[in-house]
Amino acid sequence: MSDGNTDVIQGTLDMLILKTLDLEPMHGFGITRRVEQVSRGVFKVNPGSLLTALQRLERAGWLDSEWRQTENSRRAKFYSLTRAGKKQLGIETADWNRRASAITRILKAEG
Amino acid sequence: MSLWRQLRCGLHSLIYPTRVDHDLFDEVRQYFEEATAAGMARGLSAEEAERAARLEWGNLTAVQEQVRSSGWENAFRTFAADLRYAARQLRSHPGFTIVSALTLALGIGASTAIFSVVNPVLFEPLPYPHANRILMIWNTYQGARTEMAFGTYRELRERSRSLETVAVFEPWQPALTGGAQPERINGQSVSASYFRVLGITPVLGRDFQTSEEAFHGPKVVILSNGLWQRRFGRDRTIVGQQIKLDDDGYTVIGVMPHTFENVLSPSAQLWTPMQYDLRQLTTNFNTSEWGLHLYMAGRLKSQISVDQCRQELDQIARTPLPEFPRPRQASLRQGLMVDSLKDDMARSIKPALFAVLGAVLLVLAIACVNVTNLLLARSAQRRGEFAIRTALGAGRWRIIRQLITESLLLGSLGGALGMGVADIGVRAVVGLSPAELPRLGAVTIDPAVFAFALGLTTLTALITGLIPGLHVSRDDLHGGLQQSSRRVAGGQSRTRRALVVLEVALAMILLAGAGLLLRSMQKLLAVDPGFNPSQLLTVQVQSSGHQFDDLPSAPGSGSNARRRFFQQALEAVHRVPGVQQAALTSLLPLSGDPPWVSTYGSRFENEEAQGGHNVFRYTVSPDYCQTMGIPLRRGRFLDEHDTARAPQAALLSEALAKRQFPGQDVIGKRLHVGPADRPWYTVVGVVGDVKQTSLAVDQPDAVYLSLEQTWFADDTLSLVVRTRGDPLSLASPARNAVWSVDKNQPVVRVATMDQLLAVSEAERHFVLILFEAFGIVALALAAVGIYGVLSGGVTERTGEIGVRAALGASHGDILALVLREGMQLVGLGVLIGLCGAMVASQALTTLLFGVSQLDPMTYLGVLVLLGIVSGAACGIPAWRAAQVDPSVALRAE
Repeated sequence: MSDGNTDVIQGTLDMLILKTLDLEPMHGFGITRRVEQVSRGVFKVNPGSLLTALQRLERAGWLDSEWRQTENSRRAKFYSLTRAGKKQLGIETADWNRRASAITRILKAEG
Repeated sequence: MSLWRQLRCGLHSLIYPTRVDHDLFDEVRQYFEEATAAGMARGLSAEEAERAARLEWGNLTAVQEQVRSSGWENAFRTFAADLRYAARQLRSHPGFTIVSALTLALGIGASTAIFSVVNPVLFEPLPYPHANRILMIWNTYQGARTEMAFGTYRELRERSRSLETVAVFEPWQPALTGGAQPERINGQSVSASYFRVLGITPVLGRDFQTSEEAFHGPKVVILSNGLWQRRFGRDRTIVGQQIKLDDDGYTVIGVMPHTFENVLSPSAQLWTPMQYDLRQLTTNFNTSEWGLHLYMAGRLKSQISVDQCRQELDQIARTPLPEFPRPRQASLRQGLMVDSLKDDMARSIKPALFAVLGAVLLVLAIACVNVTNLLLARSAQRRGEFAIRTALGAGRWRIIRQLITESLLLGSLGGALGMGVADIGVRAVVGLSPAELPRLGAVTIDPAVFAFALGLTTLTALITGLIPGLHVSRDDLHGGLQQSSRRVAGGQSRTRRALVVLEVALAMILLAGAGLLLRSMQKLLAVDPGFNPSQLLTVQVQSSGHQFDDLPSAPGSGSNARRRFFQQALEAVHRVPGVQQAALTSLLPLSGDPPWVSTYGSRFENEEAQGGHNVFRYTVSPDYCQTMGIPLRRGRFLDEHDTARAPQAALLSEALAKRQFPGQDVIGKRLHVGPADRPWYTVVGVVGDVKQTSLAVDQPDAVYLSLEQTWFADDTLSLVVRTRGDPLSLASPARNAVWSVDKNQPVVRVATMDQLLAVSEAERHFVLILFEAFGIVALALAAVGIYGVLSGGVTERTGEIGVRAALGASHGDILALVLREGMQLVGLGVLIGLCGAMVASQALTTLLFGVSQLDPMTYLGVLVLLGIVSGAACGIPAWRAAQVDPSVALRAE
């Protein structure tokens, strides 16, 4: 499904989207821009993968969506985090931290 | 919660595809616009920014497509698209579609129809609670099943611990009077436990009570729902009322539910408790209490198996107890036979049903092979299309899926039409079916049958679609674009040839079966029944009423009244214009009437007292043998001088005379038939043997006695009437002649002997007709298959044939080339089919008569038939090939 993006694997993409939307509701490109800015250009988000992920997360009940005007008065679909989405973000963040520290330990031990 | 959301969103996008697409398009466009705007913000020009965004992110449509293909509804959408495309494909090739759908419909419909007939007998449980606990129990005589005596019933009922309930029953055919015409009703005389064994209770009124089984007990009757409706207009107050049966008043105590199916005697419409005299069981062994004429059924206790019951009953049979004395004929020395009711019921008809089921599955297989072949031919023509689709990015699996969708659609079409075929088929089969076929009333297209048809349709569609599909994937699809369509695709054509070989082989098996059955039927109908059946009308008349009772006050008066009635009826029939000869008999050959009603023990004077054996006892009027055309071998016929006062005379059948007195003169020998306490019968003549139960069965031992010289007057006799013209035209005058004597006597059956003959071979006839029909279908399908493959081959090879013709091959050479190719396939198929037929025909052995299952004449005939038909199927494409004009063919290349 997301074979166009090898940098951001699927689980991470979901988490990044949830984290980004935790700050404020945003539209698709807004998410892309924010992820790129915050990651200082390390992560590039493919729009196909992003929109697919948004649709999936919305269907899973973690996001709500709504058509609104942007600041430069374009009509855009804004996504916001639901209560279930917040909970999911917590789970994924904890999970990620656990794994990341494990990997870091392994790398340190080998180094 | 999220599952529900998934479903709702998916359905939403399926139901409002344009709105959802629109939203998606807006979202993607907005994304790109933002991206472009961001680029411009970095100082790029509008075009440069847009180009950069495209370069970085790919094109809009691709993104849109990626998002759209992510939901579950997408698989459905693809399927719908496949389906639409398949429908378009089928519509644009109506010839192919019609032929394939009809072929499948034929196969599926025929199989479904046969399954619906076979299912209630072989597979479905019987319509009773815990039906698998119901058993049939038989007496054994020389390894065969025979009926039971009431005395045996009483002993088993008392002694068996493995049976919850035991019941006995026998036919009872009373005359119902009080309506416009007297009517003989088929009923059963049963022990009070009968309905308890079946587990069914009356819907109105009550079941029998054990007290009603007592000797001279109250006369009560339970009605079937059908009779209640037909004769009593569903009158609910009938319970408690009296009806007139055989001149006696019977109180109706109950009505059975309309769902009650009486598999033990499907035609029975009323039931009365049997009332035997228990005192006779120990005092007199010559009464009907010890006659072997009852059928026995039992219900197992729960947790007890049929085997356990069989062992217990065997044990009881081996150990007689003094309180249950047994006469010689009911000694149980040869044991008892126990079978579940279902097995018992299907026992005799099973081979026929399995044969027919096998035959119809062969037809289905041939139909599948044919459609597969057609699909292969179609997919060969569509190689270009598949290549283009592959080039556009379709994977192999995608194309296989498309092909399977097409064949599923085709299969559904065939299945839907097949249900129509099945409906017609069921009616035809029910119309054709022999009386021996149990549970005919239960034959319908019910959910089980529908599920069978649905499963069959899916299976056939998958099989027929998968083979071409796998072929496509095996082929190099990219090659298809470059390849000229005229060249032969080797692998596929090999498969198609193999399929033709298979088809011919299957048809050969089916035709061999049909041929064997046909030859059996011919042999059977060539069997001499021992009398002349043409222009013979038979009228069975029952005499009922108290005027025929032998009262203790006037012994013999009832019997004499009975004899007088029949004599007068005979004379009345004699007077009907068009009647040449007429006579009476107690037992009518090939009538299907149970032979045991007129089977008696006989003993010749030179045999020891315990010896003797069973014979058919025909009590006849003087002209019987002459009317039937039974030839006289020695001595004289019975005549009008053999009256009650004259010496007792008997005629023997030839076989009986020869066996008893080989090389001796039998005239003047003496014998007993029936009770031994009567004067001897003296043999006065020998007549030819007659087939009694079936043309296929030799049971020639027969004794003919004069009606006036028997120890009791039979209550039911058959008139045999030799007519000048069409016997059927005399049916109604003859019936009226009987009623002119006494209008209260039911005429049970009026039929010509030819009709009876046809009925007596109905089971064989049934299987034969089905096999013939299936054989013809198989032959036609195989011919179409051969024709299709060869003519496809000729079309593909037009160029090659043109080259051959140009190089000097004559028309004859080309004709021979194609013919040889076709006949090679046929030959191979025949060879395989021959082996198959030899094995498969073993299943038919019980249905064959007078021919071996390896009958060379039959196989030769089938070979010739197959040869001619397949020759014609090869001939047409061969002729077309020979007509190929080399200049045209080569120019086309």
